[in-house]
Amino acid sequence: MTSDMTQDLTNATTNESVPDLPRLSSQQMAEFAARGFLRFDNVVPEALNEKFLQEVGHVPLEEINHPMEHYGKVMASSAIPVIRPGTQLHNAYPNESAISEILKLQLVDGVIQSLVGAAPIFDHHFLHITFPPKFYGESQQKSQHYHQDSTIDPRQAFDVQMMYFPHAVTVDMGGTRFLPGSHLRIVSEAAIARYQNIVGQERMVCPAGTLLFLHMGIWHGGGANQSASMRYMFKIRMNPGERQMRLWDSSDLGNEHFEQRPIFWTGTDSGDQIHQTLMKPEPWFEADTSRLELMNRVRFWRYLLGDNTFDSDYWLTRVEREFA
Amino acid sequence: MTTRQQVLVLYLATSALDTQVVGWANYDGTGREFHMAGDNDTPPYKTGLHALLDGWRLIQANPLTTHIPGNEYRTDYLKYEFFFEKMVELTAEELSQ
Repeated sequence: MTSDMTQDLTNATTNESVPDLPRLSSQQMAEFAARGFLRFDNVVPEALNEKFLQEVGHVPLEEINHPMEHYGKVMASSAIPVIRPGTQLHNAYPNESAISEILKLQLVDGVIQSLVGAAPIFDHHFLHITFPPKFYGESQQKSQHYHQDSTIDPRQAFDVQMMYFPHAVTVDMGGTRFLPGSHLRIVSEAAIARYQNIVGQERMVCPAGTLLFLHMGIWHGGGANQSASMRYMFKIRMNPGERQMRLWDSSDLGNEHFEQRPIFWTGTDSGDQIHQTLMKPEPWFEADTSRLELMNRVRFWRYLLGDNTFDSDYWLTRVEREFA
Repeated sequence: MTTRQQVLVLYLATSALDTQVVGWANYDGTGREFHMAGDNDTPPYKTGLHALLDGWRLIQANPLTTHIPGNEYRTDYLKYEFFFEKMVELTAEELSQ
């Protein structure tokens, strides 16, 4: 799916409002609405990956005495700038820097504009470095608990977190773990730490130059690094610069998308692909709240479409049939 | 006899103990096993009932609560949480450590 999505974006046609830049397709946007993430493997060129690692101050393990000491050096000397929240993302990074060049890649720019608009706002960024076991001595290295970033956030408008993996991440490196479809659950940050494992969780095992775009609400955590190498992940959180309505290339939405498809007794035609995507449950959904998740996805899709009449499988329309 | 508590938390698909596990956590008071987030993708039991059959004692279950008007469709924490325990006797070697 990942390579197809990349191909879709590359081939995306333009519409009247977005004449130049390839945007996400409606199918890709529906994937994001339903599951809370989009992943693009190996899309940052290797030369940029190497430039990034050089700029942030990557050094051989032998030159590191202690993780915190190394973090201090990186914080003090790396090319990652200190930026005030609220800065325009397009003005946040020096020209010619690796991060600036990554943000200007056509695919990256197209995804960001599709999700948070043409003028996104920088929120914060951080370089996560996970060190191998030799730095922990006798103590057991622990993975990061499940959490939802920031704090309770019931907005329909959404922030996006772009995770950049500048080198290949193997299973034993403990790449970011996340739970598809968790983004619409309203929880309080680390209150979910008790959940060690959830059916359907995914973790990043990827080639160098992979980008993961996450809805702000996704439950996630970093893994323990059991490899012999350091693991880097650079994250930028960005806020929308405008109302997030049809910022993607929605020219592929046909009239049938706005019609109810039959439910329960359906025959053999499963109908519009986007409806299928929006209505596909995750394996961890509880039996009853699964339906609530589907309703909340429809609400989210209505918000993105700017169409309060859209429904899929009649979940919302049924409970909205009230008389004054 | 010195015993320690092992705790198993299961999150099920419904309020019925014989429905499938969708999430879980282990905390081992004996120190024999160390568990952490993301350490396994396969549930330890198919259902809560399977945990009972394996000797775990149920000590707490989430109550079913009224839905707050205006918030009926909100989702948040995993809903069907069941705490189990086993009391395990330590060996002489473990006691000496």
